[in-house]
Amino acid sequence: MSNLYEVLPPEVDDDVPVRKVTIRVNGEDLSAVVEPRLLLAHLLRQGFKLTGTHTGCDTSNCGACTVLFDGQPVKSCTMFAVQADGHEVMTIEGLAGPSELHAIQEGFKEEHGLQCGFCTPGMMMTSKALLDENPNPTEDEIRWALSGNLCRCTGYQNIVKAVMWAATKLQDQ
Amino acid sequence: MMKLRFASPEMLVDINGLPGLDYLRRGDDGTLHIGALCRHGALERSSLLATHQPTMAAAAPLVADPIVRNRGTLVGSLCHADPQGDWASVMASLDGVVVAQGPKGRRRIPVKELVRGPFQTVLAVDEIVVEAMVPTPQGVPAGGYLKLERRVGDFATVGVAVSIDRSGSKVTRAGIALTGVGGSTISADDAARVLVGGSLSAEVIGEAAELAAQAADPSTDHRGSASFKRQVVRVFTSRILTRLLGSEEEAA
Repeated sequence: MSNLYEVLPPEVDDDVPVRKVTIRVNGEDLSAVVEPRLLLAHLLRQGFKLTGTHTGCDTSNCGACTVLFDGQPVKSCTMFAVQADGHEVMTIEGLAGPSELHAIQEGFKEEHGLQCGFCTPGMMMTSKALLDENPNPTEDEIRWALSGNLCRCTGYQNIVKAVMWAATKLQDQ
Repeated sequence: MMKLRFASPEMLVDINGLPGLDYLRRGDDGTLHIGALCRHGALERSSLLATHQPTMAAAAPLVADPIVRNRGTLVGSLCHADPQGDWASVMASLDGVVVAQGPKGRRRIPVKELVRGPFQTVLAVDEIVVEAMVPTPQGVPAGGYLKLERRVGDFATVGVAVSIDRSGSKVTRAGIALTGVGGSTISADDAARVLVGGSLSAEVIGEAAELAAQAADPSTDHRGSASFKRQVVRVFTSRILTRLLGSEEEAA
C-alpha cells in the first residue's frame, strides 16, 4: 500500500486526516492512504508511480491528465483521489503492455501525432474512449471528441490523422 | 473555485454517491425535471431534449468541453453562479426553477432569483439543490442558444439564450437571457416582452435584439470591447429569432 505522506515527519501525521482508497487501476486493485484533498492525478503519479498521466494546467482546460474513469474520459486533476475509491481507472500505462504498442500509440508514431509529447497521454486516452464508442469516426467527430485536449505544439492535424490511422487498424484486426 | 483559490472550505461533501439523482424526465404535464447528478453529457445525448426542449438541446453541446461534460452537471453549473455559465441563461430564459432541500424541507427558487452575485447564491449553508425544473410550456416550445468563445472550453465571450412558446404563430411566452455580459446572468425581460402576444416578424425581432443589447452590461477585457460584446448580443438575439421565424414559415 502506498502512503503518500510517509515522507512527512511523524508529528504532522496526527493532524492530517487520511482515508484508505482502493482503486482498480489498469485492471489491478491498488490501495493507498491519502488525504481527502489529494487529487486523483497526483495519486496516480506520485503514489502509484504511473507518471504517464501528465498534469498541465491544473484547471480542467488542457486535458493532459485525462484518464478513463469507469470507461469515460475525465480530467484527473479535477477529481479527488477519494472520489475514485471503488471505481475503475485506466491510464496510458494500461493501453498496452510494456513491450507492445496499442493501435492508437502506433497511429501516433506512424502519423507523427506527437511533437513534445506532453499532451499525448491525454490525447490517447480520449481517443481510446472515442474509438470504444465509435469505431469508425469521421474527421469532424475526432475533432469534436478531442476538443477538450490542448496541444501547445499545435500538432492537431497529425493527431487527427493518427486517430484515423488507429481506427482503420483496429477495424482491420 | 478551489483551483482558483476563490474558496478553501474546511469540509467538502461529495454528492456523487447519492443514488437516484441522475435523472432527466418529462412529467405528464410537460414539465422537465433534471436531477442534481444529471451530467451535461447525458443532456447532450438526450433524445428527450432534442424532441421537447430546443434551447437546452442547443446549449448542451456548447458547455465546457466533451471531457468536462462527462462529470459536470446542470444543477452544479446553476449553483456555481458563474456569470459566464451557460445553463443559468438557458434556464432563466425558460423561467426555470430549482428545488432546494435542507433540514427544514424543500423549497422552490426561480433560477432568476437564485444568484446574488458572482459565485454567490441565496442557498443556505445547509441546503443543496436536488433538482432543476422547466415549467410546462404554454404552447410549442422553440428556441436556441448561441455562444461566442475563443476556443472550446473557454469562458463565453457572449452567450444568448432565447426560448419562446408558440400557439400557432402567436408567441405565448418568451424569455431571453445573456451569458458573460455582466456581473451575473442577465435576464432581458424587456426584450422578451415585445415578442409576446403576436407573431414573429422582422420588425419585432429587430426591436427585441435592440432591447437585449441594451440590457447587456459588458465590460471591455481581453475577450473584446464592451461595444463589440453588445453588438454580438444584438446579432445573436436576432439570429436565433430569425431562424425561429424561418422554421415557422417552413412549417406553414
